[in-house]
Amino acid sequence: MSFLGYPRQDGSVGVRNYVGVISTVSCANDVAFWISQQIKGTASFLHQAGCGQLPPDLEMATQTLTSLGQNPNLASVLLVSLGCEGASADRIEEGIARSGKRVAKVVIQKAGATVAMNEGFRLAQAMVSEASKIRREEFDDSHLMVGVKCGGSDTTSGLASNPAVGATCDIVIDNGGTCVFGETPEFLGAEHILTRRAINSQVADKILDIVDRMEKRTIAMGVDMRGGQPTAGNIAGGLTTIEEKSLGAIAKGGTRPIQGVYEYGERVQGKGLYIVDSPGREPEFLTALAAAGVQVVLFSTGLGVPQGFPFLPVLKITGNPVTFQRLPDHIDILVELTREKTSGLQAVGQKIYQEVLEVASGEQTKAEILGYGNFPGLYTIGPII
Amino acid sequence: MELKEKAVVLNAKDNVATALADLKAGTSLELEVGDKPLTVKLTAAVPFGHKFSLARIEPGAPVIKYGEVIGTATCAITPGEYVHVHNVASTRGRGDLAGGAR
Repeated sequence: MSFLGYPRQDGSVGVRNYVGVISTVSCANDVAFWISQQIKGTASFLHQAGCGQLPPDLEMATQTLTSLGQNPNLASVLLVSLGCEGASADRIEEGIARSGKRVAKVVIQKAGATVAMNEGFRLAQAMVSEASKIRREEFDDSHLMVGVKCGGSDTTSGLASNPAVGATCDIVIDNGGTCVFGETPEFLGAEHILTRRAINSQVADKILDIVDRMEKRTIAMGVDMRGGQPTAGNIAGGLTTIEEKSLGAIAKGGTRPIQGVYEYGERVQGKGLYIVDSPGREPEFLTALAAAGVQVVLFSTGLGVPQGFPFLPVLKITGNPVTFQRLPDHIDILVELTREKTSGLQAVGQKIYQEVLEVASGEQTKAEILGYGNFPGLYTIGPII
Repeated sequence: MELKEKAVVLNAKDNVATALADLKAGTSLELEVGDKPLTVKLTAAVPFGHKFSLARIEPGAPVIKYGEVIGTATCAITPGEYVHVHNVASTRGRGDLAGGAR
């Protein structure tokens, strides 16, 4: 099967064609926001990281912003830097340039925000003009990298929408593409099932390692993680423990072998199923998927959540008919309640896969049309100092 | 959407079932656990998506769904009882137990 996408210099294929306006530090957000508001065809990435953090977090910010700039849904990138930040704007610029796309940078401390903004207007306008000349072409669906996420989970997530998304994941992989999942806290209690699917013992050990790191960080707070995970909403929806949530959550990753585990912010290389170490919270996790190089996200939800992402189409899928009726402005697809026994899963997966190809070819998701997704986040593991 | 089944048992090893509708106290449910039929009478109301027990679960014993352990009972749970955060604890991420779970 095939879809219509935008060819990129590094061989990847975009399903959207934005000029990215990426802030390299929280202090530069305003200028990046002004530019993206004025110049049509841009998508901004604003966040609260990039300075006043310990070196591992600064490194993670630099790595993540570089990978975001390399995402195939961006034709070119304008960086907005303050000038003195801890994250390295120069390294981000060089890293994005290595993917072959045009990258430019404006620096606020050179001559002030208004000058940087005007310079940014001119650069972004020229970049959008260039990007608009790129035409969609037909590509084999093995060029797809699909991210999967669940959020606002209730019991129907584990029974219906997660298995349905998992079935779609299997189809993406069987057609030669790549799927990425993560949300490490939601491996707790289900890691023995994931490790059985690892392609070798190194990958299995890495899965156990990221779960152990995450659990130790939560234990260090000296409290029961319940209320944080599962969330208050999950508990209201009938999920009692993180183990129960995890056992339902891992279904969204399908059933294929796990090829590798990446750190947060790294770009995934290869075909098949991969894990990115990441938190479950939407703003930070969707960023991890975008950094991985994902073009489309399948988002399974029970209670119904609105999040999209500035330059990724996010398809919302629910197994809860009440949520589907209540939130028509957010939910794209309703799947019938499915039991593990029933054989309808493959058909549901095919239906969702067809929708993925349509969206990849340009059909807009509800979150995109609504413009919901302007406030992504960038994960931090240490304190803000 | 109308669901035919009022509750579902996901795996033959499970000692809890999931309600697929808002169920009232006193409701009698004909369930299948694996291939075996089981009748359970609810001792309390169970909302859509929430769980009730299929068997007696002793304090400290595992609560099983999807054929896997989802936590342990914090008190004795009788058949047909509503099962949730009031009578089941997680064994993971328990900083309050000073890492005692691992």
